[in-house]
Amino acid sequence: MIGENPPQHANLPASIPSKERMDGCDAAIVEQIRAGDVDAFRDLVSRHGRTVYSMAYRMTGNEHDAEDVVQETFMKAYQQMDRFESRSSFGTWLHRIGINCALDVLRTRKSRQEVAGPQDPESLQALDSLSSNDPSPDILAHDCEVREHVTKAMDCLTANERAAFVLRHFQDMPIREIGGVLGLKERATKVTIFRAVQKLRRTLEPLIGELR
Amino acid sequence: MSHVSENDLVLLYYGELPDHGKAAGHLEKCAQCRAEYERLKRLLATVGSVQVPEWSGNHIDALWNRLRPRLEIRPEKPRVILMPARRWAMAAAIAAGLLIAFMLGRYWSRPQFETATVPGGSIRERILLVAVGDHLERSQMMLLELVNAQGDGMVDIASEQVRAQDLVADNRLYRQTAARDGDAAVAGVLDQLERILLEIAHGPSQMPSQKFKALRRSIEAQGIILKVRLVGARARQFDRPPVRDSIRPSI
Repeated sequence: MIGENPPQHANLPASIPSKERMDGCDAAIVEQIRAGDVDAFRDLVSRHGRTVYSMAYRMTGNEHDAEDVVQETFMKAYQQMDRFESRSSFGTWLHRIGINCALDVLRTRKSRQEVAGPQDPESLQALDSLSSNDPSPDILAHDCEVREHVTKAMDCLTANERAAFVLRHFQDMPIREIGGVLGLKERATKVTIFRAVQKLRRTLEPLIGELR
Repeated sequence: MSHVSENDLVLLYYGELPDHGKAAGHLEKCAQCRAEYERLKRLLATVGSVQVPEWSGNHIDALWNRLRPRLEIRPEKPRVILMPARRWAMAAAIAAGLLIAFMLGRYWSRPQFETATVPGGSIRERILLVAVGDHLERSQMMLLELVNAQGDGMVDIASEQVRAQDLVADNRLYRQTAARDGDAAVAGVLDQLERILLEIAHGPSQMPSQKFKALRRSIEAQGIILKVRLVGARARQFDRPPVRDSIRPSI
């Protein structure tokens, strides 16, 4: 039936250990760290690094910023380890820290763009290159071209639009929860997501036939 | 049934449309809406098809090498682990102690010396400043996104408009409280902000670029973003644990 297919999310690890088992292991590692075993923290980095990186890359759109977000996330998690309650999921707790770190990066980047001026040349260039009518179809057929166009389209979104879209589309976070993360009411969160999708449509839809 | 709106199709895709069954039923009958939904699914699938670059063992090693020198050894907190029976005994003893203290407090004569109290006004002011700091940060983000909005011919500010509508009520409350507490500077900035929020909230959600540019010029000419940033930064300085006899902030 239409509308009953859940969105297909790319980049989920091929084999994910059961949540209970994962949480149990995480809780044991957290106890080790609390007992003073600093090196046990490496196990948490190994277990959750890829997931945090994936979210950070989606949010920031580039590897360099994503690496920074991952580092900052684990650093904060370590510093705030006493605040973590073992009965909750470490992965969820870490993820929330990561989202806030990524938001800081997005907002700082937005402020830098503001200092540079409202007519940010990179953003305008991105739009221009997307709306131009002369991309060669044979070049657009390549995966790297799809990536390039999607990346540029995502770069046209504001910090909040990007964050809201990524959290809904890739992280499967409910709209109400996204509003909590972004400090928006539910209605405003919906409008932010709608506008992100509209912008993506406007820039990508003319190319989709050629991209496929 | 009328056609399913674009926004409802987005909610349907994400499984967040309250009247899901009705819309899905309509899509089964309406070729136009079905085609629109297919287009949306194709678009979102294309966006989702972009893979995240590989991040594996080497990255973990590199990250760990950067993190490790920054990690301090955590002092282990002493823990008191009691047997259940002893816990009950301790809880009973605490409860009994509290009861005795309460009864003594009720019947004992009050001490004649004055206890040091934190001035109510300072606490209220501090709470107000912290709340205003958050409010101003949200307002600043909204205004920054608004002045950076772009569009060919028509500029869409629907998202900022909804946020402005949400911010207006809070702003009014903070402005009135600041005015009542005698914070003329904070009240003044909030007053100026409120006028702009109202203008955005009650204006059109889409406007021709000329009209949008005039709005942007008006916001920039008033320097409201800078003022909001400055007052917000000042307010956030007070986001600290309460202290006795706190010095009155001079904003």
